Formats: sequence, structure tokens, C-alpha cells
Amino acid sequence: MIEISHIHKVFNGVTVLNDVSAVFESGKTNLIIGISGSGKTVLMKCIVGLLQPDSGQVLFNKESFHEMPPERRKEVRRQIGMLFQGAALFDSLTVEENVMLPLNMFSHSSKKEKLERVNFCLERVNLAGANHKFPGEISGGMKKRVGIARAIVLNPKYLFCDEPNSGLDPKTSLVIDELIIELTKEFNITTIINTHDMNSVMEIGENIIFLHKGQKAWEGNSHQIIESDNQELNSFIFAGEFLREARDHLISQRKKL
Amino acid sequence: MYWKELLRQMNDIGVGSLSIVLMASLFIGAVTAVQSAYQLYGTPFVPPYYLGLIVRNTTILELAPTFTCLILAGKVGSNIASELGTMRISEQIDALEIMGVPTETYLVMPRVIASVIVVPIMVIIAASAGVFGAWIAANFTGYGSQEEFVYGLRAFFDPFDVQIMLIKSFSFGFLISTISCFKGFYVRGGALEIGKASTQAVVLSCIYVLLADYVIAEVLL
Repeated sequence: MIEISHIHKVFNGVTVLNDVSAVFESGKTNLIIGISGSGKTVLMKCIVGLLQPDSGQVLFNKESFHEMPPERRKEVRRQIGMLFQGAALFDSLTVEENVMLPLNMFSHSSKKEKLERVNFCLERVNLAGANHKFPGEISGGMKKRVGIARAIVLNPKYLFCDEPNSGLDPKTSLVIDELIIELTKEFNITTIINTHDMNSVMEIGENIIFLHKGQKAWEGNSHQIIESDNQELNSFIFAGEFLREARDHLISQRKKL
Repeated sequence: MYWKELLRQMNDIGVGSLSIVLMASLFIGAVTAVQSAYQLYGTPFVPPYYLGLIVRNTTILELAPTFTCLILAGKVGSNIASELGTMRISEQIDALEIMGVPTETYLVMPRVIASVIVVPIMVIIAASAGVFGAWIAANFTGYGSQEEFVYGLRAFFDPFDVQIMLIKSFSFGFLISTISCFKGFYVRGGALEIGKASTQAVVLSCIYVLLADYVIAEVLL
């Protein structure tokens, strides 16, 4: 479980995060949504420790991340897997080497055991046989799946996904979403996803936090989001005519029931 | 220490730059011989073997370390800055940091150590190639004989000159790699900023190489 309390972050006099608090439970897909510039990525970077919040706390299983001794912080970092927006694969390494990198850094297993683990992770993301391809030779969706394989190779307790569906077609997005939710349930991971993909919000949003101008403006799940009366949230989620009509239709159907 | 990464960097810096360094050194040695011969021609008080001596000293003390490192500042400096810059922009460095990998040790240290090891080797190769190029070119100048040129190469040789060459090459290798790593590692923005960082790395490396060249000469000679 990850808990954040009263996170505050200012860049060059501009408040990017203002008193954001939330609880992200394990075994659940926790989504952070909001328009571009609302502070989603900064919040995620504060949680994973890439940025230091000006005030507030990030607790990993009740332990304050920013107050931990460096050695303990390293240990916690090794329990974190992260999927980046652009997958962040190392161009000079093959798919297999990319996934094996965390094992080479932190595992004392034999080469055979490492290879077995890599192959298991690649099979898990449906990429068996792509071991010797370079990132430049595979599609965007495959890169994301390699990124997921790399993120889970050390059996993480926490999985962070920054815009996992950006630049992907709806069908591939769905595959990535299904994969994330399967892994979350299978390994009881605390998963936090930054997204503004509405399909993902509706499909895998078990706990959703809506950020608006750096503040938490709404919290709920994908069922509650339909009937929310938060204006900013509605104008963000149901931005188009078609979606607004679909929402009205859904609400009227629910009332009939 | 990440040995695999160190070997990869040594290969990139050394083997990757060998052809251009060899080519440049051969021609610079040749041009030095031709132009020195041109200036010595008809001077009755300078013995012909001085051509070899001038070429050797110029090559060892100045041309091999400085010119080679200016070439390497352009090739290796821009390569390091743009590679690290791209890794920063595409979040590869963030990915390493989240994994708990010490990024300075993994990315910067192997490049600096590789540079400090390989650049002196490149400079020794460049000096040898330069003298060889000068020897070939000297045959066509008509100034003195082959034997006199070779005698000049060996006359009044002071091993301290080679020490200065190596001190220069260690220092220049360190400067090129650290400046380029710094510029690439801390780049912010997008593709435009990577280009700017790469250019700044080359320009700053060249300036600091020339500055260090003067300081070392002033202190040691």
C-alpha cells in the first residue's frame, strides 16, 4: 500500500501540486487522471522519488520514503517497477538484454536462471521469441510490453505506469490495460497509472483520482464517475457530444432499473 | 565498476575513432615535413637532419596530443553528449534511477575511465602515424636524405617529451569526457536542446583542451 499525504510541489513560483493526499491499495489499479499540465506526472515522480516534494509525505507500507536511510530507500526502489510513457528502453540493448538489466544489476542468480526469468516475463506479455530484436525493430505496442516485462522482472510490489496507452491504437491499448490488471491481481501489486485515456478509465479504474490545477478534485471508481456532479471532471471525461449523450443514456438506463 | 560498459566505451572511443585519427595524423605529419623542409631549404647553417628532429618534436609535443584530442573532442564529445542527452530526454536515465542503479557510476564513470585509458593510446598511435607520414613525405621534398631524416628523428631525443605528451593526453581525455558527460547528463528539453548540448560539449572541450595545452606547456617546459 502507498499513502501520500499533503504533497505540495512548486516549480519556479508556480504551484504544481497543492495539498494532494490519497491512499493507493495493493491488488488494485489506481488511476491518476487529469488534463495535461494538471500535475499527474509530477505527482508520480514525487511518489517514485524522482522528485522531492516541497512538503508532505509518501509512505510505502507506512514507511516515509523521503525520510528512509539511503540503503533502505535503495531496497524500496528495487521493489518498484515502472513503465514509462515512451517505454524508455535502452536502444543499444536487445529486448532480452533490456529485460535482463535489472536482474544483472541486483540478482545473484545464475545466467540460466536469469534467462528463464526473462523468458517467463516475455511470455507473460506475449512476446516470446522477440528476445534478440532491438527496440528500433519493434512496434510501439511491443515496446510498451517489453517495458512491462522489464518492470515486473524483479517481482515488484509496486508498479507505476505513466501514460501506458499514449500513441497506441484502441485495440493495443486494451491489450496493455488487460495485461496491467492481470498482473496487478496475479501478483497483488500496488499499481498506479497516469492516464487520460478514457477507455482505460472505464475499463480498469478501480480507484480513480482526478487532479485539477494541482489539487485532488475528485476520487471514486469507474462506476461512480458516470454519475459524478463534479463539473471539471465531467468536462474532462465527457468532453465530446457523443460521450455526453452516452453518459445521459447510461444514467437514464440506471434510473429505470 | 561496470566492466562490460567500460569495454563498450573503450571500443567506441578507441576503435570507433581509429580511422579518422590515423588518416589525420598521417597527413599532418606529411604536411609538417613538407612545410618544414620548405622553410629550411637554402639555409646554410641548419644541417639537413634537423628536418627529422623538428618533425619529431613538433609531433610529440604538440601535434599528436592536441590535434588528436581536438578531433576526439568533435567525434567523441558530441557522441557522449548526444547519447546521454537522448537517454535523459527519453527517460532512460529516470528508468535506471527508479531501478536503483547509480546512474553516475553506470553511465558517467565508464566513459571517463575509458577516455582516460584510450585517449593516450590514440595519441601514441597518432604520433607514430604522424612521424611515419612525415618520413614518407620527406622523401619527396628533396631536402636531405632518408638516412639524415632518420638520424634527425633519433638525435637529441629526450624521453621527457613523451612524458609531456602522455600528461597532455591524460588531461585532455579527462576534460573531453567530463565536459561532454556533464552537458549530456543534465540536458533538459527536447531534440533541440540535445543538439545544443552536443555543440556546447564540442566547443567547450576544444577551448579547455587548448587552455590546458598552454598551462601544461607553461608549467612543465
